[in-house]
Amino acid sequence: MAQGSIKIRTAFDEKAGVHVVKSIFNHPMETGLRKDAAGQLVPAHFIKEVVCEHNGKPVFNAQWGTAISRNPYLSFELRGAKAGDKLSMRWVDNKDDSDSAEIVIG
Amino acid sequence: MKRRSLLQALLAGTVAAGLFGSRDADAAWAADAFAAKTIADALKGAFGTDVLVPSDAIAIKAPNLAENGAMVPIEVSTTLPGLESITFLVERNQNPLAATFYMSPDANRVLATRLKLGRSSAVLVVVRAGGTLYSARKEIDVTIGGCGG
Amino acid sequence: MSMCKYARMVALGLSACVLPCAVSATPEEDLAWIRNYYQTRFPDVRFDDLKFGVYAIDADARISWQSVEEFPPYEDQLRRGKVLFSTPFANGKTYGSCFPNDGIGIRQNYPYFDAASGEIKTLELEINECRQRNGEAPLDLRKGDMASITAYMAFTSKGKPLNITIPNDPRALAWYEMGKRIYYQRVGQYNMSCANCHIDYVGKRMRGPILPPALGQPARFPLYRGAWGELGTLHWRYEDCVIAIRGKPYAPQSPEYRALEYYQSYLGNGITIDGPASSR
Repeated sequence: MAQGSIKIRTAFDEKAGVHVVKSIFNHPMETGLRKDAAGQLVPAHFIKEVVCEHNGKPVFNAQWGTAISRNPYLSFELRGAKAGDKLSMRWVDNKDDSDSAEIVIG
Repeated sequence: MKRRSLLQALLAGTVAAGLFGSRDADAAWAADAFAAKTIADALKGAFGTDVLVPSDAIAIKAPNLAENGAMVPIEVSTTLPGLESITFLVERNQNPLAATFYMSPDANRVLATRLKLGRSSAVLVVVRAGGTLYSARKEIDVTIGGCGG
Repeated sequence: MSMCKYARMVALGLSACVLPCAVSATPEEDLAWIRNYYQTRFPDVRFDDLKFGVYAIDADARISWQSVEEFPPYEDQLRRGKVLFSTPFANGKTYGSCFPNDGIGIRQNYPYFDAASGEIKTLELEINECRQRNGEAPLDLRKGDMASITAYMAFTSKGKPLNITIPNDPRALAWYEMGKRIYYQRVGQYNMSCANCHIDYVGKRMRGPILPPALGQPARFPLYRGAWGELGTLHWRYEDCVIAIRGKPYAPQSPEYRALEYYQSYLGNGITIDGPASSR
């Protein structure tokens, strides 16, 4: 079980009246097509699913392939959130490894 | 305007019941769609159809020329009512389907991430809204770094 | 525009070289000339922003760069650098004991001419000298812990202007002149010099990327390059650039690259330190 791979930040956009959430996951997102220095294929190792919840209710869930960049970055707008609310994100990869993180919206 | 917001409310009601788009969080990973080598096969695998309706209500913000093809930032925003999912496909990647985000209505109409583009390619964004697949495209140039990039 | 076309143009001497290529110009004259050149070339860019190179002059590149800077990719290494810098050696001494002001806020004074040894001292060189004096093995000069430590030291100097001096000593001037000669030296299969790309063709495209100005480039090191996937030193970048034009590079911290860094940094005087930084 991976740990500490998820960083989440939120900021409230006054003008748009929404929270902007930015996150980054520490993950190699190997496509399985890349060769290492020795010329060997590096096996595919990538996040397949991502779930994001706001106070336990789904914000989105996603299915990913290998074309999401290494150390995947996600940014999205979240409507109807307020200070004190919980925001969580969780990923699962093709090796059945996973990690999750939760923050309190400021 | 009034009609659209009523429609939105009805759809919101449906979605709040726990089913969003055509997949819930426990649905199996769409292996066939991700393995597909053409846009048509990827769309059929993901949605059961490859019929797309081009839409101006989808905005794609991405560089015209990507400095680093491995990390191309892309932001999508849409005003289409009844938003169910946002899908990214990279037309000239070996496997065009990159990701699908199944959205709840509380979320957002703006989503950004970074994609890998194997070479200069159009990125196709497919938004499923109200049961219809809408699309927008943006060409992005990717070059090999000229100075040992 | 293909690489071959540029190489051919340059080889035929059609480059728009209007430079004071004569080695006889003084450092002060060179400094005045180069500042004027870039400020004329990019009148809308603030002087200190010239160090951002392509990100100051191209909106497209700026989008990618700002996206990457949302979560600066060098954060972890910077944090590690602080820990490494503060951790005592086996003998109980720390890096601070080797440097003025305990090593804090001094990055902008490097490299400098050391009268006692007659050498150009770069930060990396002094870090390894410090280690050796205290019974520790030297660090790799391109990346890893060296880059992490210099990242931290640069970070403590953020915002301070480069302050390189050429003392009234013929040896110092000789180092400066060596650096200048190397800067204008054509190398590699493509037969290009630093000056060709960063002065003559600045702002134009070399295949994809736009060529950044020479001014103040060292101020943004160590640099997290997307291509490297980690922080790297200036001398590693010199090597990479030369390899890219199919040339044979000098070694990191060789006299040649120390001279080059001295020359380049002096011409960047006034540009504020912004290390560690990120780039494609």
